[in-house]
Amino acid sequence: MSTARLRLAGQVLAVALVAALLGLLVWKVARGSDGGAAAELASGRSPAAPAFTLPRLDTGGELSLASLEGKVVVLNFWASWCLPCKEETPRLQKAWERWRGEGVVVVGIDAQDFRADAKRFMKRFGVTYPVVYDGKGSTLGRYGVTGFPETYFVGRDGKLVGERVQGEIGDEQLERGIRAALSASP
Amino acid sequence: MKLVAAALAALALAAPALAGGERPRAADLEAELVCPTCKSTLDQSDAPVARRMKAYIRSRIAAGAGADEIKQELVDQFGPGVLAEPPKRGFDLLVWWLPLGGIALAALAVGALAWRWSRGREPVPEAPLDPELEARLDDELARFEP
Repeated sequence: MSTARLRLAGQVLAVALVAALLGLLVWKVARGSDGGAAAELASGRSPAAPAFTLPRLDTGGELSLASLEGKVVVLNFWASWCLPCKEETPRLQKAWERWRGEGVVVVGIDAQDFRADAKRFMKRFGVTYPVVYDGKGSTLGRYGVTGFPETYFVGRDGKLVGERVQGEIGDEQLERGIRAALSASP
Repeated sequence: MKLVAAALAALALAAPALAGGERPRAADLEAELVCPTCKSTLDQSDAPVARRMKAYIRSRIAAGAGADEIKQELVDQFGPGVLAEPPKRGFDLLVWWLPLGGIALAALAVGALAWRWSRGREPVPEAPLDPELEARLDDELARFEP
């Protein structure tokens, strides 16, 4: 191969490498700032709730969101070290007891937490609704969770509805969200 | 007999000291682990989860756990993202070797370019000196000769 061809091949390779690195950077920036499903919800759309299958803390085995299709799901992200979570958990428990007969399921997602701490927390607050463990926080980015606690409402069709509640949820917000999810889906 | 007793006593005294030397320091572990919510090392973080992780590390050290054991327990709970440095095995090895490979490639490229540049240079031809100027220069230099 001639020197000129070698030089051209080297230049093409260098340009391709720089372009690939730039593409990677753009992809990472775009992906990191998309805000997950919460951003779509905030823009007025009703995105599908990101799927998950996680180990249960309340019983053995796993729970997948797909297995709850046909039910309204109140999805609550929490951790045992989070102070507002202690305040709102009794409200979620009350809502679970009140609405479960109408096809509503409260699901807690315990994230970035110690399993043992979470179990102690559940026992202390008498939690009887299903709770799954996401120690690595794999669901947080896909939902767009920015802190704990945070609550989402999933309609019977598996789509997010109503508003995302950041911080401690109040009784009225909880009821409004559940009613919106019940009326939004067939 | 006295010598054996003295050796045994020395061993008995040395054992706890040796064990103490292997015991991990909480400060070292806190610098090697990352808070999952704020992404800074535990020693730089005062987030609630970081405080809880620090308490866990201290309790495990007090229980006699080793540094690797404690790190592994935290990885099991929070995932590999809690390690400030990626593990030196499997796919994560790329993180360690890619920069070194890049530096080696760059050094090779610079070396090859320098070699080519030095070989490819044509010697600058000496411009012939004007005969009149050369004669004048000889005269000038002759004046300085003893």
